[in-house]
Amino acid sequence: MTTRNPTLSLSIGLMDTPEELASGLSATGYLPDGGIATAAFLAVAMGRPLFLEGEPGTGKTSLALALSSALDVPLIRLQCHEGIDATQALYDWDFPRQLMHLRVLESSGSVDEASLYTRRFLLARPLLQALESAPCVLLVDEIDRADDEFEAFLLEVLSENAVSIPEFGEVRASVPPLVVLTSNRTREVHDALKRRCLYHWLEHPTLDREVAILRRRLPDLSERLAAQVAAAVHRLRAMDLVKPPGVAESLDWAQALLALGRDTLDTESAAATLGAVLKYREDAERALRAGLAG
Amino acid sequence: MSDALSVCVGFTRVLRAAGLACGPDRVQAYLRAAGHVDLYWAGRLTLCADPDDLPRYDKAFQAWFGGERPRMRPRIEVTVEQLRLGLAASDVEVLRHKDFSELNPREREAFRQLLKQLRPVPPKRRARRMRKAAKGPVDPRRTIRKMIEAGGEIVLPEHRRRTRKPRRVVLLIDVSGSMSAYADGLIRFAHVLARSMPVEVHTIGTRLTRVTRQLRERDPEQAMRAVARAVPDYEGGTRLGETLQAFTRQWRQRGAVVVLFSDGWERGDPQLLAEQIRRIRRTSHAVIWANPHAGKPGYEPVQSGILAALPHVDRLVAGHSLEALRELLSEVRRA
Repeated sequence: MTTRNPTLSLSIGLMDTPEELASGLSATGYLPDGGIATAAFLAVAMGRPLFLEGEPGTGKTSLALALSSALDVPLIRLQCHEGIDATQALYDWDFPRQLMHLRVLESSGSVDEASLYTRRFLLARPLLQALESAPCVLLVDEIDRADDEFEAFLLEVLSENAVSIPEFGEVRASVPPLVVLTSNRTREVHDALKRRCLYHWLEHPTLDREVAILRRRLPDLSERLAAQVAAAVHRLRAMDLVKPPGVAESLDWAQALLALGRDTLDTESAAATLGAVLKYREDAERALRAGLAG
Repeated sequence: MSDALSVCVGFTRVLRAAGLACGPDRVQAYLRAAGHVDLYWAGRLTLCADPDDLPRYDKAFQAWFGGERPRMRPRIEVTVEQLRLGLAASDVEVLRHKDFSELNPREREAFRQLLKQLRPVPPKRRARRMRKAAKGPVDPRRTIRKMIEAGGEIVLPEHRRRTRKPRRVVLLIDVSGSMSAYADGLIRFAHVLARSMPVEVHTIGTRLTRVTRQLRERDPEQAMRAVARAVPDYEGGTRLGETLQAFTRQWRQRGAVVVLFSDGWERGDPQLLAEQIRRIRRTSHAVIWANPHAGKPGYEPVQSGILAALPHVDRLVAGHSLEALRELLSEVRRA
């Protein structure tokens, strides 16, 4: 007996296995490995939030984007930052409009307080939007940047799939949204939140997969240059740098080479474009010392 | 069915013994997930919660499900043993309190693993930014905004408070001959700190070497090799006063918590050392002296260096065992 999330099971009716979801994701331009596809499939099948961690640039955020287009549902994004609170994440009342409405009511002489707290004066922030527009993918990006009080609050909304607004009433999602949380591990996220999620650690892609990603995203890129860039980036990652380059960096790098009209990656063209991959001076120095293009 | 169930539940027991936090709700999620995808991924996605869990999970999975059909009892014993680095819980407890200059190779490996489990929390200082708070000084801007929202009515005042930011921590590690048995452990400790909070690390002895950059390496072994390459005076003599003078001249430690790891054996002039400690104390937030010998029974601070410096030190602590380092961390946090 599989209790399946009623939401997205419609969309994944055609995707009954992780492999089918993988090909759905590939069709959107995101090439998942077996682990990512399995994690995403299970999140949909079990209706559990998916908690993604991994080095920057391993495709956490883009997985959420790809999922929304593969499942053909809207994506709602909540970018977390220090000091984020309920009025930025959940809802806020549109005070100026309420005031204006009140003035109008006063002049007509019949003040009906209840009419001030109706849906049209409610500003839906990402969480409320997600509850209202489900089925959808809700991306809670960089949860580690928010404060831990916010985490507790998020936990409450996610476990209820509903929120109650004192003046207005309860808003409940007809079908729970598919929630994807990402973290860069700048701080430890509380276990209570992780416990309700599926946990997946994203690795940098393998060489073959990275070549495939480069080729897919940059159709102008020659097979040879893609292989060279991917191989060089892999060597850089093995160097144990301050900030190892992610897939985003290899895409940037390939794009920089394309823009300069280079069709091969040698020491000279690598040195000219190194700024696209390595953003720390120590890293660049070290890479140059090691003779990066090879 | 119940057979498969008990195999799965048994697996979660092994994981728990290996240190993964698989509580009942995780186990339930695991069993549900197993209905959708293969056992490896079902467990990995529901029972792990940290990248550190993954290698342990893989190892346990291999031991439990790998090879022929798993036999229950003997396997568990072996797995748990392996995963615990061949140490029982009571051994770990002993190890925590053991002087780390006296470890045998196996204990040293375990010590290194346990070091990684320290979760250092930086001391905090008040920052410039203000943020909304439940109490504290009244926040005029927010209060007025709220009044405007309320159409000019009087509202309850809003409050604000300063945000807090991590305070810098400076570690000065004596790598001279008399400290050689501790230097490796202390630098590894510094590496753990450097990976989780803003720290500056210098080694002292006959000369001052900044190793903060070397400690930025993720992998502890790589970092240790880089430090060894950078530090020319490993196991040399001790001229603490002069090295600290170089430190106060070159580096600013304003507002930082300075931790000095040394046994205080000074070959040079103790007065110079005292003077430098005093200078550091004047500009820093706090000075903590960690002396590995201070943890031993019957210790008296008689070394010339320590005697001279003691009046300018906020706190003298030990730092010879894991537990002592943990205490040191909480001193740093409170400083």
